[in-house]
Amino acid sequence: MTHAVSRRSVLAGAGALIVALRFSGARAQTETGTGGGPSKHGLSGSLDDTPNIDAWIRIDASGAVTILTGKAELGQGLKTALLQVAAEELKVPFDRLSLVTADTARTPNEGYTAASHSTQDSGTAIRHAAAQAREILRGEAARRLGVPATTLQVRNGAVFGPHGARLAYGELVRDQLLSVEASTTSRLTSPEDFTVMNQPVSRIDIPAKVTGGSAYVQDLRPEGMLHGRVVRPPSYGATLRDLDIAPVERMNGIAKVVRDGNFLGVIADREWAAVQGMRTLAATTTWIEQQALPDSADLPGALINLPSRDTTIHDEGRPGKPGIAVVASFSRPYLTHGSIGPSCAIAQFQDGALTVWTHTQGVFFLRDAIAGMLRMPTENVRCIHAEGAGCYGHNGADDAAADAAMLAVAMPGRPIRVQLMREQEHAWDPFGPGMVVRLRAAVGPDGMIADWHHEVWSQSHMMRPGLPGTLTAARLKSDASPPAPPVALAQPEGGGDRNAIPLYAISNCKVISHFLPDMPLRGSSMRSLGGYLNVLSIESMFDELAARSGQDPVTFRLRHNVDPRARDVIETVATRFGWAPRVKRSDSTGFGFGFARYKNLEAWCAVAVEIEVVRLTGAVRVRRVVAAVDTGQVVNPDGVRNQIEGGILQSMSWTLFERVTFDRTRVTSVDWSAYPIMRFDSVPGAVDVHLIDRPGDGFYGVAEAAQGPTGAAIANAIRDATGVRMHDLPFSPARIRKAIGA
Amino acid sequence: MTTLTVNGESRSIKASPDTPLLYVLRDELGLNAAKYGCGLGQCGACTVIVDGKAIFSCITPVMVLEGRAIVTLEGLGSQTAPGPLQRAFIAEQAAQCGYCIPGMMMRAQALLNRDPNVTDEAIRAELQPHLCRCGTHMRILRAVRRAADELKKKSAEVRAGR
Repeated sequence: MTHAVSRRSVLAGAGALIVALRFSGARAQTETGTGGGPSKHGLSGSLDDTPNIDAWIRIDASGAVTILTGKAELGQGLKTALLQVAAEELKVPFDRLSLVTADTARTPNEGYTAASHSTQDSGTAIRHAAAQAREILRGEAARRLGVPATTLQVRNGAVFGPHGARLAYGELVRDQLLSVEASTTSRLTSPEDFTVMNQPVSRIDIPAKVTGGSAYVQDLRPEGMLHGRVVRPPSYGATLRDLDIAPVERMNGIAKVVRDGNFLGVIADREWAAVQGMRTLAATTTWIEQQALPDSADLPGALINLPSRDTTIHDEGRPGKPGIAVVASFSRPYLTHGSIGPSCAIAQFQDGALTVWTHTQGVFFLRDAIAGMLRMPTENVRCIHAEGAGCYGHNGADDAAADAAMLAVAMPGRPIRVQLMREQEHAWDPFGPGMVVRLRAAVGPDGMIADWHHEVWSQSHMMRPGLPGTLTAARLKSDASPPAPPVALAQPEGGGDRNAIPLYAISNCKVISHFLPDMPLRGSSMRSLGGYLNVLSIESMFDELAARSGQDPVTFRLRHNVDPRARDVIETVATRFGWAPRVKRSDSTGFGFGFARYKNLEAWCAVAVEIEVVRLTGAVRVRRVVAAVDTGQVVNPDGVRNQIEGGILQSMSWTLFERVTFDRTRVTSVDWSAYPIMRFDSVPGAVDVHLIDRPGDGFYGVAEAAQGPTGAAIANAIRDATGVRMHDLPFSPARIRKAIGA
Repeated sequence: MTTLTVNGESRSIKASPDTPLLYVLRDELGLNAAKYGCGLGQCGACTVIVDGKAIFSCITPVMVLEGRAIVTLEGLGSQTAPGPLQRAFIAEQAAQCGYCIPGMMMRAQALLNRDPNVTDEAIRAELQPHLCRCGTHMRILRAVRRAADELKKKSAEVRAGR
């Protein structure tokens, strides 16, 4: 749901905000797979899709409170944040709540846990459902006590009345009390009364993770579990020429070898036996491969020469105004999600029904895809979310789930655990697509941007499940599913063109999106989608124009900014960083600034960095980073900081090191030496994140907000340190060394 | 049959001697902390301590470990009684997905055992073999610093005869 269509009116209430929710028009289609139609119930967040209060909140006669969400914990702290929201509005102690996350048999369907939508979709739904549940319980207590509801206090999971009357929630719930549709007004707690929201509550999942508790799908060991491994083809589109199953079947501990078309797997009683069986099977298999990959030496050239569907997504004023003109082309390579834990799933097929434990971002869509792949009725498939390693988008999670499902139906009754090998995760990842941006802009004699022309080329950033053809196993097996057609995510959230329209006030501005239906390498959603390269390009161009017209980069940005909240984060960073009085420690030092509002709809984020370029090696050392973020009402300030810090470091890693490599046939960056990411020797000296407090505001997605501004700040700092503008990512030591002629 | 000493306990292992320790810990002993990340010793997620040194359990066969003291993250404390390093990671909220963290903690523990007066630079250098994809590095460094300071305080108290 976009903020453009939501309107909140806030009425004064004693200790509470009475919030009426009104919606006009359609809800925009988003990357979460929800929305895309008119509002169904006039309710906010995911309540609009699932309006029953007891779909979100269950209270039993003992007073036990269970919160249900269709979103999933990805390591972003979602569980803790949602429980904070529920505890605050229900007036139940935080540690007395339990939570059920994404499960097709139990929870609301909230699409994918993606696009920084979880707090605004699920947090908003739970907040309103909890506030309304609390008032229903208060009303029930008033009815029983025969007093007006306004005379009753609610706290600590109970309603308190005159003369020491106390009715606990467990006593008050009776059949169907909460089985009602949410109404369009909620009595929300005022920010000044918050005791749990906007507090740095400790994450509930961390203790198990730092003590060896069972914390991940990788750690589940259901009774009778067997271990599976798959053998993937060596390249896209490879077909099986020849294989010899017999020696594998004779190996110790191998329970079964599964072959279905080009899909190959082994099942063993022990994990190491499965790995050995997989290796032996791979060694006895030969494949017919094709040379179908582009020339990696000129990826940008290959991309812009592909057929495209072109859309002018922004056209304002009259282009072609004169001034000091700059033309630049920026590119990023394919990037891999790079989860530290390769994807894993457990599946069990029993009595015609399939259960899959998976770290997918979308249990409902995955259920549909697996049911389609196996030609099973959807109602016979259940997907239950269990945490995996961080995914940062559509990684191998869904593929691993499909692999486990394939092996489970081949050996009914036994739970089968499949974990991908590192090289499989790296080679078959639905990569963050390679992209190109071409920018032409001019600054006029008044020092303002006179002309701006932005074009972006990208394949789909949205090849997530739903259709079975999105699953690798479904494409490999004998009655293979057809390839899924490429999906172009539309503005305002956008896909490859996310954040391509500058947020700045530019009077003559045109932006064209070239959607590439072809997919030279497999690609899909990766944190911030096209936003990272578009923001890096826009912000690089801003610094170029500022430099050519003799203006300070921050002042230049502020001159083009009409959004007061953008101004706030920019000025906060400038002040905290000491931008104006900055002094270079050496002639290799550089300062850089970057800003964006994520998707032009979500959190505002500005980043400043100080770097040093080691001229001999071309290496960039980041000395310090200062960021400011405005995410609206904060649920957990430490959680927001953790996400922004993480986004900054991950974006630094993309910017300085990362690139999927391939020859004409195969992806070749299949381990961490061929695909280096940031290590501790490149970690900044200091990272400071400042939050702008917006009490009472809505939730604006924050988890991806740092990606673009960080990359941009680094690019601008390299320019400041060396005088050289870098255009083609990554800005690796070798490329910087070459560019500066060291 | 191989006999291993894991977290102070002697365990008889059925797995063949060439099995990497990681698979024995997870699959045969039911321990969760050591993680499969790459199987190549490139990421550090599988790190455990053997005779005081951090090693990659994914590439160390059990045949070379007989008679040596193996410590996993489970040996540093539990959810109900977390050890000093575990308390420090909780206090600093030093995890996002957390998958890389047990390996980081084991190398950090080996370092702290060796040198409680460790510098920030030495902590960074020591953790070089470890990858974190969530970008939690700053918090990880703070947590190890906090644990080091805590241990130093403790040992100063012990020396002062308390």
